[in-house]
Amino acid sequence: MATAAITAERENYLNQEYGIKSWLLTVDHKRIALLYLLSITFFFFIGGFFALLIRLELLTPAGDLVQGDTYNKLFTMHGQVMVFFFLIPSIPAVLGNFLVPLMIGAKDLAFPRINLLSWYLYIIAGILMLHCMLTGGVDTGWTFYTPFSTAFSNTKVIEAGLAIFISGFSSILTGLNFVVTIHRMRAPGMTWNRLPLFIWAHYATSIIQLLGTPVIAVTLVLVVLERALHLGIFDPTRGGDPLLFQHLFWFYSHPAVYIMILPAMGVVTEIVPCFSRKRIFGYKFVALSSISIAVFGFLVWAHHMFVAGISLYSALIFSALSYLVAVPSAIKVFNWTATMYKGSITFSTPMLYAFGFIGLFTMGGLTGLFLAALGIDVHVTDTYFVIAHFHYIMVGGAVMGYLGGMHFWWPKISGRMYPESLGRLAALIVFLGFNLTFFPQFILGYLGMPRRYWQYPPEFQVLNVLSTAGSTILAVGYLLPMVYFLWSMRYGKVAPDNPWGASGLEWMTSSPPPTFNFDRPPVVDWEAYDYENIPAPQEARSGG
Amino acid sequence: MADRPIAVEQHNPALKHHFVDMEQQREASSLGMWLFLATEIMFFGGMFCAYLIYRYWYFPDFAAASSSLDITLGTANTAVLICSSLTVVMAVRAAQLGKRQQQVVYLALTLVLGLAFLGIKGIEWTSKFKEHHIPGPTFNFEASLPGHPDQPVDQHHAQLFFSLYFAMTGMHALHMIIGVAIFTYLLYRAWKGAYTPEYHTPLENSGLYWHFVDIVWIYLFPLLYLIDRKK
Amino acid sequence: MYDTFPLWPARASTTAGSVDTLFIFLVILSAMVSVAIFTAIVVFAVRYRRRRGVTAEQIEGSTALEVTWSVIPLGIFSVIFIWGAVIYFKERTPPRGATEVYVVAKQWMWKLQHEEGQREINELHVPVGRDVKMILTSQDVIHSFYVPAFRIKQDVLPGRYTTAWFRPTKAGIYHLFCAEYCGSQHSGMIGQVVVLEPAQYEAWLSGGGAAGSMASSGANIFQQLGCSTCHRSDIQGRGPNLVGVFGKPVQLEDGRVVTADENYIRESILTPGAKIVSGFKPIMPVFQGLVSEEQLNALVAYVKSLNPNPSGAAGGPTVVPSGAKPQEIKVQ
Repeated sequence: MATAAITAERENYLNQEYGIKSWLLTVDHKRIALLYLLSITFFFFIGGFFALLIRLELLTPAGDLVQGDTYNKLFTMHGQVMVFFFLIPSIPAVLGNFLVPLMIGAKDLAFPRINLLSWYLYIIAGILMLHCMLTGGVDTGWTFYTPFSTAFSNTKVIEAGLAIFISGFSSILTGLNFVVTIHRMRAPGMTWNRLPLFIWAHYATSIIQLLGTPVIAVTLVLVVLERALHLGIFDPTRGGDPLLFQHLFWFYSHPAVYIMILPAMGVVTEIVPCFSRKRIFGYKFVALSSISIAVFGFLVWAHHMFVAGISLYSALIFSALSYLVAVPSAIKVFNWTATMYKGSITFSTPMLYAFGFIGLFTMGGLTGLFLAALGIDVHVTDTYFVIAHFHYIMVGGAVMGYLGGMHFWWPKISGRMYPESLGRLAALIVFLGFNLTFFPQFILGYLGMPRRYWQYPPEFQVLNVLSTAGSTILAVGYLLPMVYFLWSMRYGKVAPDNPWGASGLEWMTSSPPPTFNFDRPPVVDWEAYDYENIPAPQEARSGG
Repeated sequence: MADRPIAVEQHNPALKHHFVDMEQQREASSLGMWLFLATEIMFFGGMFCAYLIYRYWYFPDFAAASSSLDITLGTANTAVLICSSLTVVMAVRAAQLGKRQQQVVYLALTLVLGLAFLGIKGIEWTSKFKEHHIPGPTFNFEASLPGHPDQPVDQHHAQLFFSLYFAMTGMHALHMIIGVAIFTYLLYRAWKGAYTPEYHTPLENSGLYWHFVDIVWIYLFPLLYLIDRKK
Repeated sequence: MYDTFPLWPARASTTAGSVDTLFIFLVILSAMVSVAIFTAIVVFAVRYRRRRGVTAEQIEGSTALEVTWSVIPLGIFSVIFIWGAVIYFKERTPPRGATEVYVVAKQWMWKLQHEEGQREINELHVPVGRDVKMILTSQDVIHSFYVPAFRIKQDVLPGRYTTAWFRPTKAGIYHLFCAEYCGSQHSGMIGQVVVLEPAQYEAWLSGGGAAGSMASSGANIFQQLGCSTCHRSDIQGRGPNLVGVFGKPVQLEDGRVVTADENYIRESILTPGAKIVSGFKPIMPVFQGLVSEEQLNALVAYVKSLNPNPSGAAGGPTVVPSGAKPQEIKVQ
């Protein structure tokens, strides 16, 4: 049912002011969230386009679609764009920026102007990255290993390095804003134990962003200096050590994967209770597990280096620690499942994405156990097994969490409902396409197909074809939401304040919220996930 | 804070609209600066880590390279920075006491000392340039290992020392320049009377930043300049 | 030779069996856990779907359950960790007496040299049942020596040696891949490991036109470069006596004690000042830039051969005659 005419539209953050200047100079966290939404979507499709080209090339064993050097640039830029310009900002910069002040009952983040600066830094970094890609690109792999990146590659390593360096600042400032906001700007009565777990997840993520990102920043500085001035910090022919680079790189890049997954876990922890009409099972354990992941995540980086030439004893220690970090993630999966027990479950689109997340994250996480096992890792590291593992977590996990969150909070953000049946259809297409794309890659990896191969022995072809077929389905699944979200902004049903009957302060203000979030500052005297006392949603969701 | 009527607190012109009161704003700004300094520790930490590893591996070469640094100028710079931290504290104190004139004087002194630091650094670097100790194509470090006049210093290892020396002191100098820019702005604002006993948060937080940059130098100086000096 | 659509890699080394066993265990474990979780979700979703008049039961949690499902996974993980560690420990401990093969990786090819002197490019012939230890280094960037059928992989670094070992169990031809991205032709840097029955291997060896064992070419280089002037084996020269030094602890001038392994020998040739042996002066010339990787490998093989019971070295050690004059240095 489309409602084009809206009578007496209330003042909200979208219609309060019009004009491009009001957007580009805004300090409203909600508008900044939308600025981010546009930008990361743009980069998602760029990274996705590179992925499609990669998969098309891999349809045949021979290198026949693009040249080898081009292929090397494609996988490098796919990785860099997806990691630094999509995954790391995605949920925090879009959903986090939008929701953190709302969820804690504040008017805005602690530092609104720094929030805007954070977006501009992201844009500057993005423009630099685009320029780099358009004027030759970079072919070092997103991991930039030395001495290849510092002394052998003929591509634009310095420009790419600088772009990522700047994007890192964007990430740091977002994290800084969240930590201060959560500490200092909670509404009266909003104690730590009453915070939505989405907030706990973003708090943990922000700690990682603050402490980890500077290390990759300084590593990139050293790489850029080395390349420009022919120093020898990472070059063995000049007294340096290439393993030092790897340690410095992975010290950030491992915690970075937790930056990418923790927010998605936070999203799932909001969706599952809502569509089970039940409080989350084990609130304290879920909160603690987020913090544990952040802490332990800093202790396991060298599990990326088991065959790199580290000592046997280092390898043993990092393997053991890697198993420790798996425990808190397992706890979350069990708690989500237990939340559904004796609930009252609806199969809305967000809930379908949550199911998909739980399933795929479980599979991806379990394959992490394989990789942490030293004896197995020797065989499967640097193969498609690793690629499948991290795509299960990043795409099957983080991206599905992101999409689930976008659907869940879309009514709040836009004031409109998206079309529910299309939403469910897209979720299903994504799930099927995803599995077809990445499950064969586990087999390919164990068979021995290495990563970053432009051409491969013919016996690997069948599995590669399956994978490529899946990727085309996945692409359709991703395009659909973009189309119907845009459609809904004009033709979607007008959303009530709380279409899902969800808990959380953000649902107690209008959809979309007014510029200063609440007509009256809330005072909290109830626990989080108070579903006992929240009426069921106004309209039926299932079968809609 | 309890003495002041709430109306005054909540309508202090410096209060940003999204904060409830000045105290919340002050605490938020302060926490923000401390967190930012934590990120800076991690940032410099990466370079310190690289330095410590190579120094452990190539100690004799590093000691030889270090002894070519000018210890007089390095010590002078240390004294300059410590004094500048004192003047910063005095400026904050002056703001707490509502003394505009004193604020301006101490902030100006801080700037002078900060610029002096940068000037001395410039002199050091110029002499390094003349001696061909700047890493890159022109690098050449002629010396023998301390205590072993017949054994020359390994050029690669010496260049490593200087690469890290310039990276670390350069990054530090960049932070000093940013600090000087910030304090120039603060001087202007203080002169305009913006900082009062009720509101001098920018001074306090910038002071924190300045102290941090000072502390980084206090680690850099002995690590870089004072390896094995037995004079 | 290869199936058109394999789902499992060939198993051709002693390690492959243990790796596969752990892998299958993990597959079964993961399948069980996944099925359990999926089943729970599906059952709950159906059984507790929203129905008129039925409200959800608010359950806060259960510390007992939380502890249980933390401790049990931790226990299982410990088992997996130990199992994987044991396999890894064996993988990283080459057995005594292994035949040595020196590998030099470069963009974009593998250069291999057997102890006996045979050189191969992108191919490695080995006999079934013989322990083979590879000593690997790179001429340029990081590569990685990967033989899926053996389940072994080892990064190959410039500036130092890394090692890997295997014992082939089945004759056949198996893929050799470079598994660390190294530039343009990374995916072209592939070859094969040819495992032969022992008799066929001997045949291949003798037909190979070997130019003398690595140890003996190392002995020649040792003379040519003038090493024998200071490193004498008859009397105490200006440099340490190298007979019997390989694999033993060495006391350095600064008090440290290091083991004289391949990397130590290599470093002592390229940058002798890094580790001066206690009691000796730092007068050894620097050979960085004056010897190629292959020459270094030969010198290392030679020094090893000076041990009283050299490990499987064919072609025997050559004792350097004292007082030999250094000849013109040739860099290959």
